[in-house]
Amino acid sequence: MNLSGNSPTQKAIYWGSHYLMIAAFVVFALFPLYWLLKVSVTPNDILYTEGVRMWPSRTTWENYTFVLTQSNFPHYFMNSVIVAGTTAIVTTMVAAVTGYSFSRFAFRGKVIIVALMLITQMFPLVMLIAPIFKILAPLGLTDSLTGLIIVYTAFNVPFATFLMQSFFDGIPKDLEEAAMIDGNTRFQAFRRIILPLTLPGVAATLGFVFTAAWSELLFALMLVSSDAASTFPVGLLSFVSKFSVDFGQMMAAGVLALIPACAFFLLIQRYLVQGLTAGAVKG
Amino acid sequence: MASIEIANAVKSYGAVDVLHGIDLDIQDGEFIVLVGPSGCGKSTLLRMIAGLEDITSGDISIGGTIVNELQPKDRDIAMVFQSYALYPHMSVAENMSYALTLRKTAKEKITDAITNVADILGLSALLERRPKALSGGQRQRVAMGRAIVRKPQAFLFDEPLSNLDARLREQMRSEIRKLHRRLGATSVYVTHDQIEAMTMADRIVAMHDGIIQQVGTPIEIYDRPANIFVASFIGSPAMTFLEGTYEIAANGNAGVRIADGALIPVLPAQGATANQAVTLGARPEHIGIVGDDKGGIPARVDLIEPMGLSTLVHVSLAGNPVKIFTLDRPDFAADSIIHITFDMEKIHVFDTKTQLRLPPQSEPHTAKTA
Amino acid sequence: MQAGKLPVARRGVISRRLSGILEPYLYVSPALVLIIAVMLMPLILGLSYAFRDIRILNPFSGGFVGMAHFQTLLTDDAFFGALANTAWWTFGSLLFQFTLGLILALLLNREFPGRRLIQALVFLPWAVPTFLSGLNWAWMFNPVVGPLPHWFTALGLMDEPFNILSDPDLAMWGPIVANIWFGIPFFAITLLAALQSIPKELYEAASIDGATTRQKFISITLPFLAPTIAITLMLRTIWIANFADLIVVMTNGGPADSTQIVASYIFTQAFRRLDFGYASAIAAVLLVLLLAYALGVIALRRAMTHADS
Ligand SMILES: Nc1ncnc2c1ncn2[C@@H]1O[C@H](COP(=O)(O)OP(=O)(O)OP(=O)(O)O)[C@@H](O)[C@H]1O
Ligand SMILES: [Mg+2]
Repeated sequence: MNLSGNSPTQKAIYWGSHYLMIAAFVVFALFPLYWLLKVSVTPNDILYTEGVRMWPSRTTWENYTFVLTQSNFPHYFMNSVIVAGTTAIVTTMVAAVTGYSFSRFAFRGKVIIVALMLITQMFPLVMLIAPIFKILAPLGLTDSLTGLIIVYTAFNVPFATFLMQSFFDGIPKDLEEAAMIDGNTRFQAFRRIILPLTLPGVAATLGFVFTAAWSELLFALMLVSSDAASTFPVGLLSFVSKFSVDFGQMMAAGVLALIPACAFFLLIQRYLVQGLTAGAVKG
Repeated sequence: MASIEIANAVKSYGAVDVLHGIDLDIQDGEFIVLVGPSGCGKSTLLRMIAGLEDITSGDISIGGTIVNELQPKDRDIAMVFQSYALYPHMSVAENMSYALTLRKTAKEKITDAITNVADILGLSALLERRPKALSGGQRQRVAMGRAIVRKPQAFLFDEPLSNLDARLREQMRSEIRKLHRRLGATSVYVTHDQIEAMTMADRIVAMHDGIIQQVGTPIEIYDRPANIFVASFIGSPAMTFLEGTYEIAANGNAGVRIADGALIPVLPAQGATANQAVTLGARPEHIGIVGDDKGGIPARVDLIEPMGLSTLVHVSLAGNPVKIFTLDRPDFAADSIIHITFDMEKIHVFDTKTQLRLPPQSEPHTAKTA
Repeated sequence: MQAGKLPVARRGVISRRLSGILEPYLYVSPALVLIIAVMLMPLILGLSYAFRDIRILNPFSGGFVGMAHFQTLLTDDAFFGALANTAWWTFGSLLFQFTLGLILALLLNREFPGRRLIQALVFLPWAVPTFLSGLNWAWMFNPVVGPLPHWFTALGLMDEPFNILSDPDLAMWGPIVANIWFGIPFFAITLLAALQSIPKELYEAASIDGATTRQKFISITLPFLAPTIAITLMLRTIWIANFADLIVVMTNGGPADSTQIVASYIFTQAFRRLDFGYASAIAAVLLVLLLAYALGVIALRRAMTHADS
């Protein structure tokens, strides 16, 4: 499509404003992250005196070395990797089979199940904390990473299912029928032929769920009480109390925690758009 | 190779019946073509044979064993889809070998089979390509190749040529026939293109609204259509139909009197009674144009369509459009009046009420109807 | 026919038809079990709390109180204030997230050098944990350590640098800005995906028909985006209305309840006052309101699409 008009001046004006707006978006998106980084490398004694300078007169890695060597942060970090990673994988597997059945089968009760999943998206989740605690406690699943994984998986399955369904809808039914005639059961055809074709979609779903689970604070805070099972958002909060709000260290921990989420996100973000585009995997 | 028997097969979706008790015996090695208009249930029947659709009631057997309870993978059949359904993430070679790999066939055997089939289909240079990098005709060949390498009990085709251009379709038509002669495999081929049906079939199965209308060799179907539906569906340009009443003269000669009072002579028909409402059916090549003094029926020329070899003349007769096929170059123009005659040996009389053909008394009872 | 006498081939014990019927349920069962156990059962339990006196620190609580919580709610000014704030918070955030997200998607829908990288960068805020971004934005609004108040003063928006988070009239803007920052990528991603699935031939055909850029946008782009826009707007409205994290972190509902939304009010009641019964009653009301909203939107869409056809 040609939005830019045809004469060279029109083109120049169009692209000039195009880049200007893009630049504005980039600045808006990145400046807060830059500020986070700045605070994390500012030495404590000038944190307030040079608080509004764009870059401090001295910088230090102290906050990082402290966080990495003297705090529990590496441990929280590992917990978060385990919880977010497992949640992403399990949710995507569950959502894949459910989304596939929504896409390919007409069955009694389907409408009810879809409606149920939609309604779960409307829950004020705070309301579920106490009841979930009550249900998990006798099973020994409070204060455990497993419990968190189960809860996060359930929360993310509905959205992930609708996402996966849209990818399967874009793949012609003939393909698994051909695979069934070639010697697969339906489930084998799904696993060996259809799932590999939705890899971009699978990546997108993994990314969505991973970032959601990586950031979750409320349930992590309420369901877990011991340090041993704390995830990093809870750990960040512990900087507030334990170290009398040492902002430099907290921001350093925050920057470190951003790394895996951002790295993962950068890896999958092009699949987000590609995967969401109907028919991306056709043909 | 195996025979296929279909006994009283019914398919319903909820309250809607789409196939109403299909009976069909397919001989070992036979090439059967299912034809019929869109939505008549051809694909459904084919997919029931493949095991992709459940059978609501009735039985389907392949090679003398009832397969109702078998999954598609256990039926040992191959299918070529209209969309080809090639696996986009596999190369041509992988697409073709997939079924054999699943059956844990030995590596060397697979390589041999693929080389051989690629040779037959002219795919040898394309084996490493992905389907995306192939033309429509090449994809079609790969789909065929994928079916052939398996040496299945039967081949099923669902409109495999409908995405190809006319020339390629013609070429593939004869190639599939040649392949069939070479492999001798039982084949069921679905199409709504009656030329494909005529040129390829050992026997044609004409379907309409979930019911088999007639089963027969292409020539049987063309020359002795069981009813008005089959007569109108098979043959291009299509048969002309004229409604009228059946008349018998004292000397035993018979004729059909049409709306404007003209009498068209026909062979006396079995079971027809005087003044019965009948429909006369005449193929374009069975209507002739004669000189003004030869006693033909006058008709006004609507349109002249030159087709090179022949000419198709459209005329109106008693308000009905009539198509005439002629090898002569016409010497008249549109809107002129010409005289036409009907070849009484070749034209058909149908009972207007039952739609069934009333064969001439000289013909033995052969036409089969469902 | 003699077919009845033919041998019948079989695999497995359950019939093909039965397994065909069971198969889809087998596929949905893991999701269903999870959702019922972790969401539906707790929801029902939570709803039952709304009719009981449940205060964690009071050993005599636990009894059935009927509609008492709902009656209290009717006279609870803080709740109605929170309701108004919820509307303001939700639609304020949504309007900017959506408009800016749409503009970003349109900008990214054109091919230009470096597009991949730019796209990755502008989508980054989506990956930042909300807790961290709330802290960071609160920090940036603080005149001692953040640049924003100084910029506002330089632009003439403020007489002197001060923290808007402590001004009851302006405080809501703080979490809203943070929410906009966090939420633009969601809309940009979904809308960009929808944009890229519009067939290019449509634009070419329209150009040949003599359509201007604006006409093409109105007659092709918008109608194609409409379904995506409708569904994402509805889901996001509900999601944002329930989304209290940023507010809890940045203002904790203050100052003087000026940023208290219903979701954060529930949080306050449950985890600061430890009155789970009352918190559940509020949550039940919020759930009903959101359901009514969703049904209203769906009904409206029905009516509109029917009017179209
Ligand atoms: N899942 C279904 N539910 C209800 N009706 C169906 C379903 N699938 C097919 N039908 C109906 O069954 C009938 C037969 O369909 P079928 O696909 O066999 O037609 P066809 O002869 O192959 O037509 P075409 O030449 O267009 O491919 C159609 O009227 C169709 O509407
Ligand atoms: Mg069909």
